[in-house]
Amino acid sequence: MAIAAFGHAGSSKGTKNRASKGSAKVALLLLAPGLLYLAIFFIAPLLSLVATSLQTMDVSTGFPIYSYGFEVSNYVSVVTQYGPQIFRSFFYALVATLAALVISYPLAYFIGVKARRWPLLQGLMLTLVIAPFFISFLLRTFAWKQIFSSESWIVTTLQSIGILNPDQYLVGTPFMVIFGLTYNFIPFMTLPLYTTLERLDIRYLEAGADLYANPRRTFTKITLPLSMPGIVSGTLLTFIPIAGDYVNASGLFLGSTETSMLGNVVESKFLKSYEFPTAAALSVILMGAILLLVTLYVRKSGTDDLL
Amino acid sequence: MKKLAFGKYLLPIYAVLAFIYLLIPIVYTFIFSFNDYRRSNISWRGFTFDNWLSVCEAQGVCAAFGTSVSIGLISTFIATVLGTMIAIALVRYRFRFRSAISLLLFLPMATPELVLGAGLAAQFFNVGAEMGFGTIVIAHVMFCLSFVVVTVKARVASLDPALEEAGRDLYGSPSQVFWKITFPLLLPGIMAAALLSFALSFDDFIITYFNSGPTETFPKFVYTAAAKGLPGEANVIGMSVFFLAIAIVLFIQVRSSRKAKRLALVK
Amino acid sequence: MAIDFVARGADLELVGIRKEFPGFTAIENLDLHIPAGEFFALLGPSGCGKTTTLRLVAGLEQPTKGKILIGGKDVTDTKAYQRPVNTVFQSYALFPHMTVLENVAFGLRQRKIDDPLAKAQAALDLVELGHLATRRPAQLSGGQQQRVALARALVNRPSLLLLDEPLGALDLKLRRQMQIELKAIQIEVGLTFLHVTHDQEEAMDMADTVAVMNLGRIEQMGSPEALYDRPKTVFVSKFLGQSNLFVGNVSSDNSNSVSIDIAGNKITVPKNRAEKHSGTIAVGVRPEKAFFHEEQPKLGADHNLIGPGEIIDIRFTGVSNQYLIEIPNIGKITVFAQNIGKSPVTELGAKVWVSWKVEHSFGLSDVPISTATESIAVQ
Repeated sequence: MAIAAFGHAGSSKGTKNRASKGSAKVALLLLAPGLLYLAIFFIAPLLSLVATSLQTMDVSTGFPIYSYGFEVSNYVSVVTQYGPQIFRSFFYALVATLAALVISYPLAYFIGVKARRWPLLQGLMLTLVIAPFFISFLLRTFAWKQIFSSESWIVTTLQSIGILNPDQYLVGTPFMVIFGLTYNFIPFMTLPLYTTLERLDIRYLEAGADLYANPRRTFTKITLPLSMPGIVSGTLLTFIPIAGDYVNASGLFLGSTETSMLGNVVESKFLKSYEFPTAAALSVILMGAILLLVTLYVRKSGTDDLL
Repeated sequence: MKKLAFGKYLLPIYAVLAFIYLLIPIVYTFIFSFNDYRRSNISWRGFTFDNWLSVCEAQGVCAAFGTSVSIGLISTFIATVLGTMIAIALVRYRFRFRSAISLLLFLPMATPELVLGAGLAAQFFNVGAEMGFGTIVIAHVMFCLSFVVVTVKARVASLDPALEEAGRDLYGSPSQVFWKITFPLLLPGIMAAALLSFALSFDDFIITYFNSGPTETFPKFVYTAAAKGLPGEANVIGMSVFFLAIAIVLFIQVRSSRKAKRLALVK
Repeated sequence: MAIDFVARGADLELVGIRKEFPGFTAIENLDLHIPAGEFFALLGPSGCGKTTTLRLVAGLEQPTKGKILIGGKDVTDTKAYQRPVNTVFQSYALFPHMTVLENVAFGLRQRKIDDPLAKAQAALDLVELGHLATRRPAQLSGGQQQRVALARALVNRPSLLLLDEPLGALDLKLRRQMQIELKAIQIEVGLTFLHVTHDQEEAMDMADTVAVMNLGRIEQMGSPEALYDRPKTVFVSKFLGQSNLFVGNVSSDNSNSVSIDIAGNKITVPKNRAEKHSGTIAVGVRPEKAFFHEEQPKLGADHNLIGPGEIIDIRFTGVSNQYLIEIPNIGKITVFAQNIGKSPVTELGAKVWVSWKVEHSFGLSDVPISTATESIAVQ
C-alpha cells in the first residue's frame, strides 16, 4: 500500500536503467501529462493556499470579504488564537505514533521473522493487518464510538468499579481521540516494519548470540538498528496523516471541543465560517512543520531514497 | 536465538490479541448491520435482516455509494494511465531534473490530506470553479497519481530490459513491442496500482469533504449521518465492500501461492 | 602481537548426539572427540549434517539427544551467548550497521572486557586489516570480509573456533591464499579449530584430522594422508579423490593377503589394508598408482595385472594425462600418467594392460550399490 512511498531502496535499485538513444521526446511525452497535472492541481493549489493565508479580511459589511495582500499578521493571530489546537495536533500525533510503534513492532516481528517458515500464514496475517483498510475509515471510527459510548457496558463497568466517575465518559476525552488515531493508522506502521523485518537476516542475530550478546542485547544492538528503515517509514507514514486528521477529534466521532485539533479548526473555518485566510494559514503551518520534520528525519536517518 | 520457555508463546499470544484488537470495529460494524436501529444505531435494539434486504431504504445511502463508485472508477482510470506513463519514463529513460521530478511525485504522499484538500479548495474557490463531482475526481486523481507511480515503478524496474530488446531484435516496432511485451508484463503491477487507487479514492473523506460541494459520497454520507445517527444500511454497505475486498485479496494470495508451488515443482 | 590471542584451546566432545528436525533426522548418532589445539575438519557433501553439527556446538541448535562437552564441561543446556565458542559464519554475518572495528569489538563489549577498541584494533592488525577499521563491511571485498569475520571471532579468545565453510564464497585463487593464512593463524594462536567444509582439497590441505561425514554419520576419521591412502568405505574412496573399484568374491586367502577373482583376473590386497577378508568385497586403487603397458608385462606376485583392454579416452589436464581404459568384462579404469617428457601412449584404441602394486590396493567394508566395476570420479 502506501508503504512503498517511504519504502527503502530495494526493488528498483538492482536493475540497470538502459536509456535508449534519442528518446528524450518519448520520455517527455510520457511524463508531461502527469507532471502537468500535478503542477496544476498540486503545486498551484499549495501556492494558492499560501497566497490565501496572506489575504486581508474585511468584515465591515458583516460578511467577510477578502482581498490579496501580504498580511503576515494572519499567522501571528492564528498561532495565538489556535495555539492549543496546533499543540494538540502535534502532541496527539506524537503519542499516537509512539503507541502505534509499540503495538506494531512485536506484531510485525512475529509476522516477518517468526512466521517466516509458513508463507501462507504470513499472507493471512498480513491480510488481517490491512483488513481495517477495507472498511470505511469513518465506519470503523464510528464503531469505536459505539463501543465506548456512554451506554456501552465498557463505560458502565468502568464507572461501577470506580475507574470513571458516574458522570465521566470516554468519548470526548483526549484518551479516546488518541486511541482512535492510533487504531486507524496502525496498519501504516505495521506494514513498513514488516517489510524491513521480513528481510532481516537471522544470521546477524545468530552472530550476535555467538558473540556473547544475550537476547535483550541482541535486540537492542542488532535487531533494532537493522529495523531502522522500517521505523523511519512507519513513523512518518503514521505521524503525517494523524497530524492532519480531523475525524477522530471531531465531536461527531471520538472527540469534543476539548480535543479539537488543527484539522478541526481548518474544517470549520473553511467550510462553515468561510474564514479562508485563517484556515489557509493553519494549513501552511501544518505543511511547513511536516516538511521540516520529514527533511530532518530523513537526513538524520539516512533514508534518502524516498521514491 | 533461543527464547525463554514462556517467551516462546508470548509473541503468538500477543499477535492473536493484536488481531482481535484490529478486528473489533469490523466485527462491531458487522453485528450492528443487523441491528433494528430505528433512530440511532448506537445501542442494540434487536436482530433484523431488514438492513441487508432493503439497503436502499435509508435515504441517500445508495446514491452516495453509487457516486463513490463512479468517482473511484473514473479517477482510478485517469490516475492509472497517467501514473503508468510516468513510471515507465522514470525507469526506462534518462533525462535531466530527475530528482526534481521524484520530489514532485513524492510530495503529495508526504502532504497531509488536510493540506491537499484545503489547498485545492482554495484554488477552486479562487478561480471560481463550482464544487461537485468534477472537482472530487480532479482531487482524487491528484492524490492517487503518486501511489500509482510508486506501485507500477517497482514492477517496471523488476522487468528485464532484455525482453524488450529481444522484441526489437525480432523485428517488433516500438508500438508492437510495447503492447505485445511490455504491457502484458506490467499488467499485474498496473492492476495492483488500480486496485490501490480505487481503494484510496473510495475511502477518502478528508480531501473529498473540502472539494465536494453538494455532492454526496459514501464517506461523506457517513460523516454527516454520524451527527443524527448512522443508519444500519451504512453498515451493510461498509461490510459488503469489506467482504468484496477481502475476497479479492485472498483470491490474489491463493493464486500467487499456487503459482509459487507450481514453480517449486518445476524446479 | 599475536600472543594476545593465544588461548588455551579446549577439547570438544560430542557424546551420542542425535538431532531431529520436523520431517527428517539430520544426525543419527554422533560421537566425536577433538583434542585441544587441533585443526579438525568435518568434510562431507551438502546435507550430510556437518553444518548442523557445527550449529549444535555453537549453541544455535539444541540436540534432540546427547551431550556436548567443551573442555570437559557439559554445555548442552547453555545458550549460544554463554558458550566459550565463536564462529566464522559462511556468510560472515558482519553487522552492516557497524564499522569493521565495532564489529570486531562487539563480543568484547558484550562481555565487558576492558579496552575493547584497542584489542579489536590489534585483532584487525593480526589479519592485516588494521587500516580498514573505520570502513563499513559493505565497503570491503569478500576476502577482506572473511578476515574481519575471523578477527571478530579470534579476538574473543574462544576455547573453540568454528569455521562454517568460511572460504566458500571466495574465488579459487583467493581461497588458496586464505587457506594458507588461516592455517598460519591457527598455528600461531594455538586454538582448537573445527572447520566444516565440502571441499576435500581444502580439508586435506589444512586439517590435522579430517572426519568424513555422510548421511548424519561419520564414515571415517583420520589424518588426511591416512584417509587418502586407505579409504575404508565406498563413499570415502569416492569423496576423497578418485578410485577404481573392483568387486568380486574372495577366491584365495593366505596369511597376509586376500585375492578376489574378477573375469579371470586376480586382484590381491594385503590383509592389513582390507576391511573384510571373505565374501564379496570391493578392492580399489587410486588412478595415479596404476600403470599401463602396451605389451603384457612379466610381473611378480607383488603386482596386480589386468587386461588387455582398450584406451577409449585421453584427457590432457596439464600435470598429467588421464586415460580411460575399458577392459572387457571388468569395466572402465582410470589411469593418471604424469606428464614428464614423453607419455607412454597417446593414441585412442591402443591395446593395453593395467598394473599396480599389491600394497597400493585397498579393501573396503562395503560394496558400491551398482556392483559393476567402475571408475569413480567425484570431484
